[in-house]
Amino acid sequence: MNKPLRMAAAVALVGAFAGVANAETTVKVAYDADPVSLDPHEQLSGGTLQLSHMVFDPLVRWTQDLQFEPRLAESWEQIDSTTTRFHLRDGVKFHSGNELTAADVEWTFDRLKESPDFKGIFSPFSDLKVIDEDTFDLITSEPYPLVLHTATYIFPMDSAFYTGTTEDGKDKSELVKHGDSFASRNVSGTGPFVVSEREQGVKMVFDRFDGYWDKASKGNVDKIVLTPIKEDPTRVAALLSGDVDFIAPVPPTDLKRIEDAEGVNLITMPGTRIITFQMNQERVEAFKDKRVRQAIDYAVNNAGIVDRIMRGFGTVAAQASPAGYLGHDPALTPRYDLEKAKALMAEAGYADGFSITMMAPNNRYVNDDKIAQAVASMLSKINIKVDLQAMPKAQYWPKFDERAADMMMIGWHSDTEDSANFHQFLSACPSKETGNGQYNSGNYCSTEADALMAASNSETDPAKRAEMLKQLEGILYNEAAFIPLHWQNLAWGAREGVHADAIVNALNFPYFGDLVVD
Amino acid sequence: MLAYLVKRVFQAIAVMFVISLVGFAIQDNLGDPLRELVGQSVSDEVRQQLRDELGLNDSFVKQYLRFLGNALQGDLGTSYFFKEPALDVILKKLPATLELVAGATLIIIGLSVPLGVYTATRPNTIFSKIVMGVSIVGISIPVFLTAILMIFVFSVGYGWFPSYGRGEVVHVFGYWDTNFATADGWMHIILPSIALASIMLPLFVRLIRAEMMEVLQSEYVKYAKAKGIRPRRIYFVHALKNTLLPVITVGGVQIGTMVAYTILTETVFQWPGMGFMFLEAVNRVDTPLIVAYLIVVGFIFVVTNTIVDLIYGLVNPTVNLARMGA
Repeated sequence: MNKPLRMAAAVALVGAFAGVANAETTVKVAYDADPVSLDPHEQLSGGTLQLSHMVFDPLVRWTQDLQFEPRLAESWEQIDSTTTRFHLRDGVKFHSGNELTAADVEWTFDRLKESPDFKGIFSPFSDLKVIDEDTFDLITSEPYPLVLHTATYIFPMDSAFYTGTTEDGKDKSELVKHGDSFASRNVSGTGPFVVSEREQGVKMVFDRFDGYWDKASKGNVDKIVLTPIKEDPTRVAALLSGDVDFIAPVPPTDLKRIEDAEGVNLITMPGTRIITFQMNQERVEAFKDKRVRQAIDYAVNNAGIVDRIMRGFGTVAAQASPAGYLGHDPALTPRYDLEKAKALMAEAGYADGFSITMMAPNNRYVNDDKIAQAVASMLSKINIKVDLQAMPKAQYWPKFDERAADMMMIGWHSDTEDSANFHQFLSACPSKETGNGQYNSGNYCSTEADALMAASNSETDPAKRAEMLKQLEGILYNEAAFIPLHWQNLAWGAREGVHADAIVNALNFPYFGDLVVD
Repeated sequence: MLAYLVKRVFQAIAVMFVISLVGFAIQDNLGDPLRELVGQSVSDEVRQQLRDELGLNDSFVKQYLRFLGNALQGDLGTSYFFKEPALDVILKKLPATLELVAGATLIIIGLSVPLGVYTATRPNTIFSKIVMGVSIVGISIPVFLTAILMIFVFSVGYGWFPSYGRGEVVHVFGYWDTNFATADGWMHIILPSIALASIMLPLFVRLIRAEMMEVLQSEYVKYAKAKGIRPRRIYFVHALKNTLLPVITVGGVQIGTMVAYTILTETVFQWPGMGFMFLEAVNRVDTPLIVAYLIVVGFIFVVTNTIVDLIYGLVNPTVNLARMGA
C-alpha cells in the first residue's frame, strides 16, 4: 500500500491541471437538473430556458427589475392595434457561420406554433410577416398587451442549419417530444456559448462563441462546465469544497451555512412562484360557503410558515401576483386571526368543524410536505380534521388531474410573467373548450373575475390593465378563492470573485454570457 | 455441469420474464410520464394526443405483448429522457457501477479477513473492542448519512477528496471508461467506495469473527496447535478455509443488497452509474428505462448466484453441481 505516495501524486496532478486551466476562465456550474434536450422547443421548462439563454438569444429579454432589454431585436414599434414591427440587429451570426435574417425568425415562429409546449403561449399570434431582411411584423388576432412578454420566448434558430435531411433520412427540422431527433442533439444559435460536449445527465461543456455579436458585454468566461447534482447536500458540498464555482438552487437548510462560509457568496432574490392550497367546492359542500373559505384563510398562519418552515426564505403572500407584476395590489395583506376564523366557522354553521382529505407533493416545491403538515395542524384549531397524504410529484400530478382530495397544493409560475396567467390556470371557471382553469382543482368560479381577465387580455393601455388586474386580485381575495401561502425565494451560491449577482434574475435564467470572473 | 448451466439459463429467462411482467404491472402506479415530458401549462388535449402517439392508451395486454415482441429482438424500449434504447443507456452506465462495486469489494475483502481473524483470535485487546464497537455503529448508520458525513468531513472540512462525480476517466474499450488509471480517478472513487463498503464491511468482519471462533474450538485446530504449527498458518490456512463457506453464501445474497446500496451511494456522490440513473428514472417516470433496469438487475442476480455456486464447488469439493442441477 503506497497510499501516501498516490495521494501526493494526485495532489501534484491536480495542481498541474489547475495551472493549465488558468490560461482561460472556466466556470463550473452545478444545477439540480440538466436540460432534457438541445431542442429549445421540445419542453417548456426552466431547464430549457436556462439553456436557451446560453446557446441562443431572445428578441428581447427581462432585466433584473423586470423591464425589457433589446437583444436580437434592436428596436420595435407599434404599427397598429394588432401589429408590432421589430428591427433586427445587424451583423449577428449563428454558430454555424450563417447570418441571422428575418426569415430565421419567421421559421422559428412557425416552429413554435407547432410545439405542443409553446403553442399555447403563441395562440394570440396569428402571423409573423417578413418585411425585409432585418424587419418583420408580429401580428395578433386581437389587440394583445403581452407582445413583448411573448417575444422573450422567441430565440431565433438557424433555419439553414435545421433544414434538410440527416444521413438516415430524417427531417432536420423535426420536433420530437419523445425519441431521437436532429434538433435534440445538434444546435446552432446566436448565443454567447457553443455546446462542445454533452453527456446527458452527467456533464455539459460550453465554449465561448468567437463570433458573438455582443462585444459590449463585459462577460469574460471562456468555458462553462455544467454538472447536474441532484442531491442538495452534495451540491452545497461541491461549492464549499471548491469543486464548483456556482450552484442553484441553494436549499433553505443550507442558506446560513453558505452565507457564513469563507470564500463563497449567497445571492437571494424574491421569486415569482406562488404556493397555494385550493379548496374543492365540488367535493365538499362547506367550501361553497365563502365564510368557510375565509375562515381557512384566517386560520392559516402563512407568515409563521415562511418564518419557521421556510426559514425566511419566502415572501408571505395574500394574492397570486408578486410585487412587480401589473396586478399586484399592495393593499391586500395576509390574514391571520384565529378568533375571527372560529367566529366565521360558527357563523357558517360549522362550529363543530368537519373532516377533509388533503394531498400535497413531497418533492416538487421547497418544503412542500412540511408546509402541508403545518397547514393541516393549523386547520385542526378550527375543528377541521385533515387526512393528509403527501407523495412524490410523479404520483401527485395524476392525482391532481383526478381532483382526488378536498384540498390540494399547487404552485404556479406565470409563463408570461403576467398576472392574468395565474387566474387563467388556477382560479378561472374550469372549461374544456377554452382550457381555462386547467389547474383549478377547487372549482372556484366567478364570472365577474373571468370577465375582468378577458377584458385585460385585450387591453393594451398598461394603466387601465393594471386597474383591471388589481380588481381581479381583490375579488379573489375577498371571496377567498384559494389560500395563498408565499412566493418561493430564489437562491444561488457563487465562489468569491464570480460576480453572479449581476446576471441572475427572478425568472432564474442566469445570463452567463455577461458573467464577469476576476 | 452442462445440465446445471442449461438449467440456470432457463431459470434466468423465467426470472426476467416475471420481472418484466411485474415491472409492467406497476408502471401505471409510478405516475404519468407525460407530466415529465411536457410543460405544466400544456393542455390536457395535447397530452392525450401524445399518450396516443406513445401507445400509452392501449390496453395492458396489448402494451405488454408489444413489449415482449420487441424484447425478443433485443429491444427493451426507448428511454423517454435519454432518447436512446434503454438497454444501451444501462450498458453505458454499467461500467461506472461495476467499478464502484469493485472498489467497495476490494475494501471489504482486504479489511474483513484480517480484522475478522484478528478479533477472533485476540478478542480481548483494545483494538478488537474498538473494531467491534465501530462495526456496530457502521452497520446501524444508513449509507446515505455515512456518505454525506464523509463529504462534509473529507471534502469540505479537510479538502482531501473531491466531493462528487468520477473525475478523470480513461477510455478502455466499448462503453468502459476506468477510474483506476489516473490519480484523479482514484481520488474520486475512494469516498464512494468506502461509503458503499461501510454497510457490508462490519457484517463480514462479524461473520468471519463468529465462524472463526467456532472453528478455533474444533478438534483439528487443537491438534494442529499441539503439533506445534505456527499460529499464523493455523489461522489463515487451516481455520480460515473452513469459515469461508458461510461467508460466500452470505456474500452471494448480499450482492443484491450491494446493488440496492449503489442507488443511494451513487445518488449522493453524483456517480454516473446505473443506480443513480435508476433513481432519476423513477423521478422522471421514465418507465421503459425502469423496466429495462429491473430486467438487467434480475439478470445480474442470476449470474452472480451461478458464480457463487461454482465457487462453492471450488472451496468445498463435496458440493456436487451435477447433483444440484438434477
